[in-house]
Amino acid sequence: MTGARGGSIWAALGFVALVLLMPHLKPVFAALFPKLDRPLFEQTSFPRLVLGHLMLVGASSLAAMVIGVGAGVFVTRPAGAEFRATVETLVAMGQTIPPVAVLALAVPMTGFGAVPALIALTAYGVLPILQNTIAGLAAVSEPVREAARGMGMGPAAILSRVELPLALPVILAGIRTSVVINVGTATIASTVGAETLGLPIIVGLNGSNTAYVIQGALLVAVLGIALDLGLGRLAALSVRWRTLA
Amino acid sequence: MIELDHVTQRYGETAVVDDLSLTVAEGEFLALIGPSGSGKSTTLRMVNRLVTPTSGSIRIRGQDALSVKPEELRRRIGYVIQSGGLFPHWTVERNIGTVPELLGWPKPEIRARVGELLGVLSLDPGSFRDKYPHQLSGGEQQRVGVARALAARPEILLMDEPFGALDPVTRVALQGELKRLHRETGTTTIFVTHDMGEALALATRIAVLDRGRLVQVGSPLEIVAEPAADLVRDMIGRDERGLQLLALETVATRLRAGDAASGEPVSSAASLRLALSRMVATRTDRLPVIDEAGRPLGAIHLADLIGR
Repeated sequence: MTGARGGSIWAALGFVALVLLMPHLKPVFAALFPKLDRPLFEQTSFPRLVLGHLMLVGASSLAAMVIGVGAGVFVTRPAGAEFRATVETLVAMGQTIPPVAVLALAVPMTGFGAVPALIALTAYGVLPILQNTIAGLAAVSEPVREAARGMGMGPAAILSRVELPLALPVILAGIRTSVVINVGTATIASTVGAETLGLPIIVGLNGSNTAYVIQGALLVAVLGIALDLGLGRLAALSVRWRTLA
Repeated sequence: MIELDHVTQRYGETAVVDDLSLTVAEGEFLALIGPSGSGKSTTLRMVNRLVTPTSGSIRIRGQDALSVKPEELRRRIGYVIQSGGLFPHWTVERNIGTVPELLGWPKPEIRARVGELLGVLSLDPGSFRDKYPHQLSGGEQQRVGVARALAARPEILLMDEPFGALDPVTRVALQGELKRLHRETGTTTIFVTHDMGEALALATRIAVLDRGRLVQVGSPLEIVAEPAADLVRDMIGRDERGLQLLALETVATRLRAGDAASGEPVSSAASLRLALSRMVATRTDRLPVIDEAGRPLGAIHLADLIGR
């Protein structure tokens, strides 16, 4: 467990260092790509792109969490059981439609910028969270539920004290998947004018500037790894009771 | 204290419990026994409203149980299930404190009560308080389950095959502790089992169910001495009945006071079954009898075991 904790901290520190050091790597990229006039992406500063990227991922993941966990809880209650199939289909559609298509459809309604990106990323991120919420709640054993009812807990207490804490590790795994997918997918939001780490990639692809593409992709990849390790650490903490010998 | 009055529970066409009337007196230990599908668990679960009867009424201390809020009713009734159903993410302390916490007891009082109950159930508070259920053996988990059910000093204790999943040695140990607990607290208890031996060992009264109907109710002695149906005879074990009868009476009832015999003495409080077993094992037809303090009382003869 110390290994995982160390890993997540080192990945986060590595990412911050990479963001801050990027401008100083200009000579390196100049040497690697001698034919390029501009070997370093300088239209927008990297910290600003990171901030925009994180805000987009954070906001869409938060929305996906609220929708995914909320819908997962709802369809596993007696009152919502009949909507389960419908909700699952809707959410699966959200994931099968490519985010690019959602962006293209959303732009005429919302205009360019972060809003269409937020919609596309949220729709894309709900499925793993919803699926894991349903699976996690379903895995709570019947005797435990029965005991909770028999002790005199009401439905709300059973959900908040027993079901959700026991489902938490599975739900967190879904959130982790969702966030990591969105870190990568958020890059395409720059096609509709959102400031993300996708900007150097898209500008680089349009202008045949491989250095830009590498700079954007490298930062996205390291950010993805750091968040993955960090959320993994959180998931490990949530089941600490299980790992005591 | 608990009155089931013409209670019926149907799932679709089939009646799981069929027009059942049964009264459990204050302080009684009632065993509900029957083959699977006899409706014994459903009957138990109707008392704490985990199942609501289709028709009929249930009164607890004269109060209509169906008019009370189910959650409030359940907090007054201890409940133990076969697989324990301990909350795996909570420590032993928090598990036992579940109902007191729901009832809003102050923290120090809960803590003291948990310590007390761990002691009563032969679990060392120092080492068990902070353990998680997965760190406990099956028998320890069941002890915690019983402690949790007793935590808020319930009026009634309901137990649904609580020792069914335990190995025989642990089961007998826990049966002994439950019997002692019932003697000490006098909590009215309903105990579901399919094991007649267990029912005879623990209960003050036994109700035999078959396909949702009551077949016979009576004291253990009445059930064994006069089984009312073939099912009851089968549950006792046709060839076991004589031994079960002996198990239900003490040496004191057949004592020849002042008589003398040689050999290892038996206690007057021991069962006749134990006396018979001793006689067979030591190849003798009489044993000296002593009282609790070890004073000689007389002797018991093999011939007296057969009947008066």
